[in-house]
Amino acid sequence: MTIVVLNRRNLLAAGGSFVAAGVSGVLLPAHAQGLAPTSSMSGGANNYIKGAPTVNRIGKGGFWMSGTVRRAGDGAPLAGQRIQIWAHTTEGQEHEPQSHGATLTDKDGKFRLEMPQIIPLFGQAHGHLAYDSGEFKTVFLRPVMRSPKDKSLEGHFVLQSA
Amino acid sequence: MRSAKATLIWAALAVAIGVPIALATTSDLLAYRGPVYIAAGFAGMIALGLVLVQPLLIAGHLPGLAALRGRRVHHWVGGALVVLLVIHVGGLWITSPPDMIDALILTSPTPFSLWGVIAMWAIFAVALLAVFRRRLRPRTWRIVHLSLAAIIVTGAVAHAMLVEGTMEMVSKAALCALVLAAAIKVIADRVWRKRAPSRGESTSPQ
Repeated sequence: MTIVVLNRRNLLAAGGSFVAAGVSGVLLPAHAQGLAPTSSMSGGANNYIKGAPTVNRIGKGGFWMSGTVRRAGDGAPLAGQRIQIWAHTTEGQEHEPQSHGATLTDKDGKFRLEMPQIIPLFGQAHGHLAYDSGEFKTVFLRPVMRSPKDKSLEGHFVLQSA
Repeated sequence: MRSAKATLIWAALAVAIGVPIALATTSDLLAYRGPVYIAAGFAGMIALGLVLVQPLLIAGHLPGLAALRGRRVHHWVGGALVVLLVIHVGGLWITSPPDMIDALILTSPTPFSLWGVIAMWAIFAVALLAVFRRRLRPRTWRIVHLSLAAIIVTGAVAHAMLVEGTMEMVSKAALCALVLAAAIKVIADRVWRKRAPSRGESTSPQ
């Protein structure tokens, strides 16, 4: 015969193991799904112009925008993906065509595009990046520079199938 | 002696408002902005300066503008604030419509936009209420105006301090500190004063 003693310690232990089981139960499927896709950022699509030309450099350069493009789930790098980049720079305002350009990712899913120095627009030094080629779901990023004097900025994409 | 003090007060006010604006005219960023964007920015700065002037006027702290005259100028400056705000918001709208729309519908990624929009609506509300002031009970008007004034000052200062723009940081912080100090002093004086001899007011016909 088993005597079950219900005291505070037993109840806490039981509750703890129940919570632990519950949490792992919730977390495990998420792990199986792997890398979560990137969501578009608030204001990311502002002053976007569809179909910016692929360029070797935007304007006279001097500032580097870089980042990576990976696939949601397994995190595999995505090569040859077109990323559009624009910002308010020393050579033009955000909505002006010369402030926009696009580049492609290399075999490691990395991209890097030289552009003019970004300067604050609407009180915050920030850049814009877009993936909108259709194969994956469209994502707009709006990373903010730590200091308006920074010479580079990064934007990273994890894309999910459209 | 009195005129020397008056000169000093006016000079101090001119420095407090004029220096930050003068320094902003030397900002590197201006070279990359269009005239509309520049005008919008300076309208905002002048408005911040007027937020400093408003409590000083109504409390009669500005020499030559005591009592009724100060009150009348306070009304005109209030009207000017509305005009400057329209220029500020309108100019920024023209500069980047999607960013302005984000700010107005409170979905902007920048926290200072929210403060600015809160202050803007509070200023519009005060201006609208001021038009219908005679229909309000004096006590109602005072409570509403002082509350909105506190919101305006808080919003304007938070907005200005968080923006990375053409204003130079030290002079901007000094102006904001003065705006806060003047508002706190005058609002506290009013709340305090009205507590003590409020009997006289409630019996006097308005």
